[in-house]
Amino acid sequence: MDIPRYWRLRNQRYRLEGSRCKECGSICFPPRFLCPHCKSAEMEPYELKGRGKIYSYTIIHQAPDIFDKNVPYTVALIDLEEGARITAQLTDIDPDDVSIGMPVEMVIRKIYEDGENGPIQYGYKFRPILFTDAGS
Amino acid sequence: MNRIMKPLKPVGIIGYGAYVPAYRLSAKEISRVWRNGQDRNYLPIKQKSVPGPDEDTITMSIEASKNALLRAEIDADRIRAVWVGSESHPYTVKPSGTVLAQVLGIYPDTVAGDLEFACKAGTEAMQAAIGFVGSGMAEYALALGTDTAQGRPGDALEYTAAAGGAAFILGPAEQAAAVLEGSYSFVTDTPDFFRRAYQHYPEHGNRFTGDLAYFLHIRSAVNTLMEELNLQPNDFDAVVFHQPNVKFPRKKAEDLGFTTDQLKDGLLVDYVGNTYAGSSVLGFTAVLDKARPGDRILLASFGSGAGSDAFSFVIHDKITEIQSKAPQTMQYVRREKQIDYASYARWRKKIRMQ
Ligand SMILES: [Zn+2]
Repeated sequence: MDIPRYWRLRNQRYRLEGSRCKECGSICFPPRFLCPHCKSAEMEPYELKGRGKIYSYTIIHQAPDIFDKNVPYTVALIDLEEGARITAQLTDIDPDDVSIGMPVEMVIRKIYEDGENGPIQYGYKFRPILFTDAGS
Repeated sequence: MNRIMKPLKPVGIIGYGAYVPAYRLSAKEISRVWRNGQDRNYLPIKQKSVPGPDEDTITMSIEASKNALLRAEIDADRIRAVWVGSESHPYTVKPSGTVLAQVLGIYPDTVAGDLEFACKAGTEAMQAAIGFVGSGMAEYALALGTDTAQGRPGDALEYTAAAGGAAFILGPAEQAAAVLEGSYSFVTDTPDFFRRAYQHYPEHGNRFTGDLAYFLHIRSAVNTLMEELNLQPNDFDAVVFHQPNVKFPRKKAEDLGFTTDQLKDGLLVDYVGNTYAGSSVLGFTAVLDKARPGDRILLASFGSGAGSDAFSFVIHDKITEIQSKAPQTMQYVRREKQIDYASYARWRKKIRMQ
């Protein structure tokens, strides 16, 4: 991702900032200008909590060059508690241990470093929920 | 001269949070690779924490800060300062604090800066935050000590150089779980440990590391603090020192008249290693997790170069409400995935190809 695009999307990538329809209440990630359910244009920014369950996943063995050093890693479709579905890399878990329905939570990690001299890009990944008996 | 430092308005900790990565590398495994196991009876600790390949000082600081915010229960945009103490900031030029401010929703009405003072950068950040809140410039300030420390492969420091950190939200004493009684900082120019620009690994001046560095500076800071506050070792329920290995903080406690019982809750180095700027402050969070109202806690860091910051905190009733609002430090300490030296070398970029 180039620097202007990374900069423009940073609240999405750092804070899961999506959009909520003021008419029907449905929540989208990434944010949209028109509600996909009722076509309303009355959308407001909405920060997702970052908890959900794995809907489906795939293990990547052949990665694009920038992720080449990370293989094998897992990319999952995650159903968030608020209703939106998101695609994200998983972290802190062996691909063999991933399962459908697994509860996961969002963390901010390095997505990639642009060589030795370029910017470091941070963003969301998901990991199995760490501690169920603490936190919100 | 008044040697003790006290803010104009009383200040305390209203939220705290810890982070330790999941991965552990045992000292035996390092010994197997570099010493053929010959030094296995003299290892400084059992194991150290290792950051995952997608973790650094910024990502670890984010999680520790989120835990602190869960406990503080304030809107993040009321925080007016973000100070990150570390010797492993991902960028040499570009503050870690700006990423944190954006991620946590503290931006844009804030100051943000990175502090560096070897292993005491975290308590240095706390001193700055105390001053900011205590002078009335800010209602709340966020201070962190976090590191992903690196030791040269095969060097004695490789056994202990680890990753982790802690975050503190300082605010008005009347909202605090731990109220500051006073602090004292002691600094001299000492060449015990340093890393020049563009170097990957630090150097240590061997003859300076013990008596003239760690022991002298912590002793001076703690004795002055206790003298000025008119306190004795047995007035404290718990004490936390910087912990580069198991031996140093134990010896320090004994020299100053503290018991192993006062030291034990905050002594984490055997399980997670020396987390540098995170070391004493991470131990302090483990003590706060167990503290009861009325307890008095002594925190004393050490940073090479060299200096020590010593603090006395008194625990208030609010502690029991906030302890379970975020993951406890020992939960992070106990989640451990052992890795071998090969994974460690790959993740930590120990093999340089150009
Ligand atoms: Zn709608």
